[in-house]
Amino acid sequence: MSTSTRPQLSHLRALESEAIHVMREVAAEFERPVLLFSGGKDSIVLLRLAEKAFRPAPFPFPLMHVDTGHNFPEVIEFRDRRAGELGERLIVASVQDSIDRGRAVEETGPRASRNRLQTVTLLDAIAEHDFDAAFGGARRDEERARAKERIFSFRDEFGQWDPKNQRPELWNLYNGRIHRGEHVRVFPLSNWTELDVWEYIDQEELEVPSIYFAHRREVFERDGMLYAHREGVELLAGEEVFSETVRYRTVGDMSCTGGVRSEAATLREVVTEIAATRITERGETRADDRVTEAAMEDRKKAGYF
Amino acid sequence: MTLDLLRFTTAGSVDDGKSTLIGRLLFDSKQVFEDQLEHVAAASVRRGGAGTLDLALLTDGLRAEREQGITIDVAYRYFATERRRFIIADCPGHQQYTRNMVTGASTADLSVILLDARKGVLEQSKRHAFISALLGIPHLVVAINKMDLVDYSQERFDEIAREFQGFAQQLNATRGERARARDIVYIPISALEGDNVVAGSQRMAWYEGPTLLELLEEVEVAYDHPHERPARLAVQWVIRPGGDAGGEDHRDYRGYAGQIASGALRAGEEVTVLPGGERTRIAAIDTYEGELAEAQAPMSVTLRLADQLDVSRGSMICAGERAPTVARELEADLCWMSERPTRPGGRYLIKHTSNSARAIVDELRDVVDVHTLERHPEPPAELALNDIGRVRLRTSAPLVFDPYASNRRTGSFILLDEATNETVAAGMIAATEP
Repeated sequence: MSTSTRPQLSHLRALESEAIHVMREVAAEFERPVLLFSGGKDSIVLLRLAEKAFRPAPFPFPLMHVDTGHNFPEVIEFRDRRAGELGERLIVASVQDSIDRGRAVEETGPRASRNRLQTVTLLDAIAEHDFDAAFGGARRDEERARAKERIFSFRDEFGQWDPKNQRPELWNLYNGRIHRGEHVRVFPLSNWTELDVWEYIDQEELEVPSIYFAHRREVFERDGMLYAHREGVELLAGEEVFSETVRYRTVGDMSCTGGVRSEAATLREVVTEIAATRITERGETRADDRVTEAAMEDRKKAGYF
Repeated sequence: MTLDLLRFTTAGSVDDGKSTLIGRLLFDSKQVFEDQLEHVAAASVRRGGAGTLDLALLTDGLRAEREQGITIDVAYRYFATERRRFIIADCPGHQQYTRNMVTGASTADLSVILLDARKGVLEQSKRHAFISALLGIPHLVVAINKMDLVDYSQERFDEIAREFQGFAQQLNATRGERARARDIVYIPISALEGDNVVAGSQRMAWYEGPTLLELLEEVEVAYDHPHERPARLAVQWVIRPGGDAGGEDHRDYRGYAGQIASGALRAGEEVTVLPGGERTRIAAIDTYEGELAEAQAPMSVTLRLADQLDVSRGSMICAGERAPTVARELEADLCWMSERPTRPGGRYLIKHTSNSARAIVDELRDVVDVHTLERHPEPPAELALNDIGRVRLRTSAPLVFDPYASNRRTGSFILLDEATNETVAAGMIAATEP
C-alpha cells in the first residue's frame, strides 16, 4: 500500500475548505439564510469562515442572536463589538419579548432556566424574517445524538427534527430543497472537534470572550458543577456562594452553563488543557444534557438547535 | 501541529465486532472521555453485562438504536493521533442499509471490512467489498477479527485471506474499471482483546505486518500528488461586491469562488471554461490570506480571470491534459435510495457539482444481484430501494463531467424527486464508450 509523503494540506485547512464550500452552497441555493451568532467559540469560528467564503463582498445574510436575557455580559459586549467590526447586520431575537408577548412561559423555581424557551423565540424569528436556512456552529463530536446529524439538517414546518427523515449526504452534494414554511439548519463545523475549534482560533488569532479564560468569579456548586451566582438566583439549602478561579468551556445561558476550575488564562494554556482532558465539553458543563440519556435528541425533536 | 486528514469507513454487522473495533480505536488512542465511559459502564450493567465494559456501547447514539441494540444509520466519529486526524464513517452492515454504506463510502479514502474469523468470507463481506470498489475507495483493509476465538491460528488467517483475494480478483476481472478494488491489506485482529488494533500482538508473532492504526496513519491520502491530476474547479458562487458595498478598491471586483475538485491551479495558467469552451488565463487566485501562486485540491479559493467571460455558478474551470466531457446524455451506476422505485421514463432533478438540471431515466440497463454480485443479463423493470444498477440518463442542460473512476467529485451526482424533495439516488458516471 502506497505510503504518504509529507502532507500537502493540514487537517485544519482541509476542514476549513469543506466548511467554506458548505457556506457558499447555502448562499447559492437558498434565498434568505441567516447565521446564528451566540458569541460562543463555535459561532466565532463561523464568522471567520464566512469572511473567508465571501470577502471582499458583504455576507449574503445577516447575523442573529437568540438572547435569553441571561447571557454573560462579557459575551453580549463581545457580540456587539464583533458584529460592528465586521460591518454586518445583527438581529437580536429576545426571549424576554417572547415572554412579554405570551409566546413563552418563564420557568420558576431554583432550577429555572430560559434555555428551553429559546426554541420558541428562534422559530418565531425564523418565521418572522422568512429565513430558509440557518447556520449554526454545532459539531458532531459534541454529544451522542449529534453523531448522526447531517451537515444539512432538515426541519419541518414545526421546526422539528425527525431522525427518520434526514437525507443521505453523498460526496459534497447537498440537497437543500424545501417546501414553503420549512427550513434547514446547516452545520459547517460538523466534522470539527472541540480541539480543532480551539486550534483554529489560535491559528487565526481570533478574539473570544474573556470568560473562556481563567478568572475569579462568585459561584455556587450544584450537581457537581459550578454556576455563576447572579441576582435573582435561588439557592437550595446547603448551597453557598464562594469565590473561585474558573473558565467556561462552552457559552450557553448563565442559568445552565457551569464553569470549571482552571488556571488556564491564555489561549495556549486552554488548548493544552483541552488536549489533555478526558471529560467532553458538554458533559462537564451543560446541565441541559444531563436530564435524560437522550436529552439532546428529545430537544432536537422539539426544534432546538 | 500539522496533521493531514483521513476519512475511512467501517462496515460490518454487530456480530462481527465492528462497534467493539471502533470503541477499541477510540479507547486505546485515548479519545474516549470519562463521562462517556461512565454512561457506557452504567448502560453495560443495565443490559446485564456487569463486569466487562462493553466498548460497543460507546458508539450507539440514537435512542431507537440503543433500545434495539443495533446501529441503523451512518455515524461519524473523530479521533487523532500524533501523526494524523481521522474521521470514521461507521456504517451498518445489513443489506437493507446498503444506501447508508454507499453514503459513508462516498467520501472515504479507505474502507475497513470486518470479518469474523470463525465465519470467514460471507456474502455480506463480499457486498461491502463490492460497494467499496464501486464507490471508488482506493484502499481496502480486510480486518479478520475474533482471532482469539480461533486460537490465533495463522492457517485460518491465510485461508480466509486467500478466499477473499480470489473473490477480489474475480470482481476485477468481470467488472474491469467499473468496480476495481485496488490494493487490499489483510490484518488479523482481536478487537475485544486488543491485538493488532492499536497495539501489536504477542499472541500472533507470525504476523509481521502493521497494526490497523499503523496502517491508518501511514496510508496515502486522496489528495496527495495533485500535479498528476487534471485540474477542475466548479464555480459555486460569484463574488461581486459592486457599488459602495466593498469600498472603492472592490467596485470592479469579480471573483469565481469554488472548491478545487482535483489537481492544482497556478496564477497565470491557461484554463478552459466549460460548457462554453472559452479559453482564458487565471489572473489571480484569491484567498482571505491574499493571493496564491498555486492552489490544490481540496482547497476552496476564488479565481479572477484575465478575460471577461460569461462565467456563473455551474461553470467548470479546467486545465490539464485530459478534458472533461460535455454532454446531455450519459450512462451511470445508480444506488437507489427511495422507497419508490424508478422505471424507464422516470423524471428527476439531477445535481452534479454545482449544477442542477432536469433528468430523465431513459433506460435501465442492468441491476446487480445482491447475493451473487453479478449483473443480471436481463435489463430490470425497475430499480428498487438499495438496488445498484446501470442506467442511461438524458438531461435538460449539458453537464461537464469525468468518469467516476477517474474523478470522484466530477463523476458523481444525486437525483432528487421534485415533488417530495427526497434524494432518490446516488450516481456514478460511467466511462464513455470510445
